[in-house]
Amino acid sequence: MINLDAKIPQGKLAEKWTNYKENQKLVSPNNKRKLDIIVIGTGLAGASAAASLAEMGFNVKVFCYQDSPRRAHSIAAQGGINAAKNYQNDGDSTYRLYYDTIKGGDYRSRESNVFRLAEVSANIIDQSVAQGVPFGREYGGTLANRSFGGVLVSRTFYARGATGQQLLLGAYSGLNRQIALGKVESFPRTEMMDVVVIDGRARGVVVRNLITGKVSSHFGHAVAIGSGGYGNVFFLSTNAMGSNGSAIWKAYKKGAAFANPAFVQIHPTAIPQHGDYQSKLTLMSESLRNDGRIWVPNKLEDAEAIRLGQKKPADIADDDRDFYLERRYPAFGNLVPRDVAARAAKERCDKGYGIENNATKEGVFLDFKYAIDRLGQKTIEERYGNLFQMYEKITGDNPYETPMKIYPAVHYTMGGLWVDYELQSTLPGLFIIGEANFSDHGANRLGASALMQGLADGYFVLPYTIQNYLADQFDVKRISTDSDEFKAAENSVKAHINRLMNVKGKKSVDSFHRDLGKIMWDKVGMARTATKLKEAIEEIKILKKEFWENVEIPGDTNTINVELEKANRVADFLELGELMARDALNREESCGGHYREEYQTPEGEALRRDDEFMYVAAWEYTGDEKEPILNKEKLVFEETEVKVRNYKTAK
Amino acid sequence: MSDKNINIKLKVWRQNGPNDAGRFDNYEMNEIPTAASFLEMMDMLNEKLLGEGKEPISFDHDCREGICGACSMFINGRAHGPDNAVTTCQLHMRKFKDGDTITIEPWRAKAFPVIKDLMVDRYSLDLIQQAGGYVSVNTGSAPDANSMPIHKDIAEEAFDAAACIGCGACVATCKNGSAMLFVGAKVSHLALLPQGKIEAKERAQKMLAKMDELGFGSCSNTGACEVECPKEVSISFIARLNREYLVANLKD
Ligand SMILES: Cc1cc2nc3c(=O)[nH]c(=O)nc-3n(C[C@H](O)[C@H](O)[C@H](O)COP(=O)(O)OP(=O)(O)OC[C@H]3O[C@@H](n4cnc5c(N)ncnc54)[C@H](O)[C@@H]3O)c2cc1C
Ligand code: SF4
Ligand code: FES
Repeated sequence: MINLDAKIPQGKLAEKWTNYKENQKLVSPNNKRKLDIIVIGTGLAGASAAASLAEMGFNVKVFCYQDSPRRAHSIAAQGGINAAKNYQNDGDSTYRLYYDTIKGGDYRSRESNVFRLAEVSANIIDQSVAQGVPFGREYGGTLANRSFGGVLVSRTFYARGATGQQLLLGAYSGLNRQIALGKVESFPRTEMMDVVVIDGRARGVVVRNLITGKVSSHFGHAVAIGSGGYGNVFFLSTNAMGSNGSAIWKAYKKGAAFANPAFVQIHPTAIPQHGDYQSKLTLMSESLRNDGRIWVPNKLEDAEAIRLGQKKPADIADDDRDFYLERRYPAFGNLVPRDVAARAAKERCDKGYGIENNATKEGVFLDFKYAIDRLGQKTIEERYGNLFQMYEKITGDNPYETPMKIYPAVHYTMGGLWVDYELQSTLPGLFIIGEANFSDHGANRLGASALMQGLADGYFVLPYTIQNYLADQFDVKRISTDSDEFKAAENSVKAHINRLMNVKGKKSVDSFHRDLGKIMWDKVGMARTATKLKEAIEEIKILKKEFWENVEIPGDTNTINVELEKANRVADFLELGELMARDALNREESCGGHYREEYQTPEGEALRRDDEFMYVAAWEYTGDEKEPILNKEKLVFEETEVKVRNYKTAK
Repeated sequence: MSDKNINIKLKVWRQNGPNDAGRFDNYEMNEIPTAASFLEMMDMLNEKLLGEGKEPISFDHDCREGICGACSMFINGRAHGPDNAVTTCQLHMRKFKDGDTITIEPWRAKAFPVIKDLMVDRYSLDLIQQAGGYVSVNTGSAPDANSMPIHKDIAEEAFDAAACIGCGACVATCKNGSAMLFVGAKVSHLALLPQGKIEAKERAQKMLAKMDELGFGSCSNTGACEVECPKEVSISFIARLNREYLVANLKD
């Protein structure tokens, strides 16, 4: 068993972060120069952390697998970023943002972390504007806002449909400035292969240069991982092709507990799947639900006629349309949280009302006709122009003229490595930031809150909390990467690579990945049952065995070898997928994105079981062929009234 | 939209490494759905090569949504292929006809050496950004975001410039291999905003000096870059860059 001490500071909720900062240990400027920090990842979390730590005076090395830090997956975020600025004077506050996030997460996140997130959110907007992030503005020159799902205020800041890009370019520019100053050394096209643990602390990483294949290692007094989410375990997701779970999986195997691996967000509005050759699913931003209305025909024969192309959406009269979100959730309508919207779409399609002409008939309409009638095409174009263009390029349909077709897709992973209040994992010296940790979103993340969390972690939280750890580390001498510990770590990475290369099988990495994805989607997806989860565990085990007997990786190890890169990641996904199924099986309740069919209300809403499951499930690795141990962090809500999530009425 | 299947021939540049001379290899692909994206077609080709025990074709890609700037193919003589305002990953097979022969090459520019096949090294673009593509502001020192109102039109224009995804299509398209559109985009984005205005002149100078040093060519105003830019970054931003640069040099 491991010790899950969350190190929550003393005091009232609203005072904890201030108390923490007033009492924490700091590192003096001349000692910062003696300390090296390794940052894995250049997304919002990694880039902002690396830049901020370097500005403070630490020596930073930053790694990413892309050819440039600017291409980290955060670049693809579309809709926006939340902050409790209350610029719209609509009653927003730190408390309300905190409350919405806790409630949105179905009371499965840690109160103190979430409150801090809400508290620092406003600073993120200030920081980004100062860097030159061109947020949308009103005619008077002040910043504009929009609404996202699950809330009743407008607190989302946006830069057209490319908010992630602009925020990341802001963080990247800060990073570049520190690279130019020599305070950050950047290693693009370099993949972290393992964490090096010496005397029980994380002291560095083993990496592989993706161009030369060279395996080498780097020392750090501390290591921070911001490697993003693991949604690609489902093969098809809205994540970038290279997004992976390997960095945190390797860390898990070195002693960092993995929290709530089963908590996956299925986003309600992605473009439906169109063929077996499909490589990814494209998200249509949640912001579209501000102005788009979701519907399916309310007659089965109309749905069928649309699928067969005998009728067009425009042929269905308003009375024959079922705006099912508005019908079921009058208070929030089309802006219910993601998990609720996704399940409602599945419910309609399972009943035969789906409108997409694909193998599974899965798709619903997202219709802008009403908004265009009300606001004019120009306004809609201004708000969503690039998203509409993207949709048309992919589908060949023009959404100004005909409704978009959408369906839920795997999007985000709330689960991740367990961290305490300081963002430190159960492996001392290893910190986890951004989507890679589990901390703030509970069982469901609200829209526009991932960008907020990534930047909160990187700009405003880690740069403080890591000092509390480093304060007594400055006289720890740098450990040579020629030492036995580093060499042993490198050798085990090399052995792993050789093992993969020596399989010399016949089946491509992608086909294994696709097979895994299918098991995950069918059995560990939107509607889970004990039976399906048990089957998934067995099927994944068989697939994993086959992988190690029959995976085909051509080429060499000492040059660019994309199949080898993918194989390394899929090998980890095969293990992570199993842990996800195990966690989902253990959690005998429905909460947020985790929906167990056995646990629902008579109306089909998620049924939480607070008495038994008000805890974070933190899994501890015990060996490759051994079962992991479940550790529990009990969630205590001192200042929050725990309620049943209700989006039918306001509040 | 009615999608169907087509048969195509491919001429693909294969090059084993920076020192290999490289050559075109020919492939035939049948029954390609026109709803597939260009990169999905490449995936199918790679899957087929793997089935034959051959090495797949290396190419850069990641988001497959037209925003990360990783994908970078020269298709039938055009950067990002025969469609406007798209990246290669957003190009779809419905832009091609049954029986077409499609030629695929890497970005070719002095500053972008080929790594393997269709994959090139664009780190030089990062080096240009490191030379000055930022506002010198430390974390935590920013004033309230609404303390400095910015005209909506200015913010929109700054966004138009900031939309650059750093793909390098402009460089690959330019007969001189110049990165002026890329540099113009960043210099204009920041110079338009009050926060970035302060360092505008030095920024222009430093980024241009770095561009020259790295072996990018100079701009002869043919405007070819603008046509192929997937984000429709306008060459008017090159004019703005030139103005900032001129002011900077007059001052020195
Ligand atoms: C299409 C899409 C749209 C979204 N829109 C929004 C939105 O509007 N608002 C919102 O709040 N959130 C949104 N999200 C979610 C949000 O974008 C992500 O959760 C967030 O950007 C993650 O940031 P990150 O820094 O944690 O990781 P990432 O941005 O994923 O960065 C991961 C980094 O780690 C590196 N890395 C990974 N593994 C390794 C390794 N082994 N070795 C070395 N480097 C490694 C990568 O190279 C990369 O640099 C969206 C997500 C998607 C998929
Ligand atoms: S200016 Fe256009 S073509 Fe050039 S790098 Fe930027 S996005 Fe690509
Ligand atoms: S793969 Fe990201 S822009 Fe094409």
